[in-house]
Amino acid sequence: MSAYRDKDPRIHGIQSRIRVVPNFPKSAGIMFQDITTLLLDPKAFKDTVDLFVERYRGKNISVVAGIEARGFIFGPAIALEIGAKFVPLRKPKKLPGKVISEEYELEYGRDCLEMHLGAVEPGDRALVVDDLIATGGTLCAAMKLLERVGADVVECACVIELPDLKGREQLNGKPLYVLVESH
Amino acid sequence: MFAGDQNGLRGDPRLKEISEAIRVVPHFPKPGIMFQDITTLLLDHKAFKDTVDIFVDRYRDMGISVVAGVEARGFMFGPSIALAIGAKFVPLRKPRKLPGEVISEAYVLEYGTDCLEMHVGAVQLGERALVIDDLVATGGTLSAAIRLLERVGAQVVECACVVGLRDVKVQHGLNGKPLYILVEPRGQINCPAPSVNGVETCRHDDLILGANFGSPVNTTSKSD
Repeated sequence: MSAYRDKDPRIHGIQSRIRVVPNFPKSAGIMFQDITTLLLDPKAFKDTVDLFVERYRGKNISVVAGIEARGFIFGPAIALEIGAKFVPLRKPKKLPGKVISEEYELEYGRDCLEMHLGAVEPGDRALVVDDLIATGGTLCAAMKLLERVGADVVECACVIELPDLKGREQLNGKPLYVLVESH
Repeated sequence: MFAGDQNGLRGDPRLKEISEAIRVVPHFPKPGIMFQDITTLLLDHKAFKDTVDIFVDRYRDMGISVVAGVEARGFMFGPSIALAIGAKFVPLRKPRKLPGEVISEAYVLEYGTDCLEMHVGAVQLGERALVIDDLVATGGTLSAAIRLLERVGAQVVECACVVGLRDVKVQHGLNGKPLYILVEPRGQINCPAPSVNGVETCRHDDLILGANFGSPVNTTSKSD
């Protein structure tokens, strides 16, 4: 599902504020989708958060899990508006308390996402938020963390999808909602 | 200045709830450090909302056009404040995270340096800026943030943190900029936090736990 396809009038402003930076972080054709320029436009940033809030308000979402670090920019604002708690999912050794960890594959090598034990409880209805979905590896790890503690992942929400990388298919059937697509 | 020192918020029960919602994790990231863990505050919707509301009430009429948040925990508070007061949000990040052209500001750790970056063009000459982070220790990171903003000609109105010590030196040492703090850290041993000539040793205070613990903890680890 994407608001892009629904053609909400706010989408154009949001998409136009996202800056594409070629060859970051590596050369050879990577076109980096930079959301920091979106954050410089208060109306477009507010519209971004509003689109998510409108979708998830009243759906009994009890936890919004945001993926470090750009998921921290969108997730808490959504959580506050819909009455949910916010849980940061972080790189290793950042969270001070007891954590559970989930490894995931990168193009070369592996990385790891961690969540505090006790932050999410069995039966919590969860939303996972990040700025962008590419291959879906990180989102998949995030969902696993939540499901391991007995939460029900209701949906994954991202500002941007790169559909050519087919990340949507990696989500074990969980729905994905995005605002804009970039090919 | 502390929120609770001011007439409007003196005795405000929200401050007590915010303080109690913050978990203290002993000996993280190193022995002797009583880490102020704000993730438990984020789990308490009312206390988290109150935190943001108190900042918003303070800054809404100050003509602030940019909220700069320090990676990564500054990202958890800054954007909501920015959205509520109609300001833009600018992330201040560790090196090589921001994709576009950046300016960098180094700051000194006990051993070596670290660096904060901001996108060129994000902030304009004359803008009024708020800097936000979860906690202030020695103020090294916040000072670097202030310098970044001033280098592009912005005026830093204030630095705001959820947690901070009543450290006179820090209050005077943030390049003369005012510092606004909601609550003091809990679980502290009652002695002054060492900072070597204002040098940031760690993002949280090193505590000397007295003779029992031997010599002061020297740490180079950055906890963000």
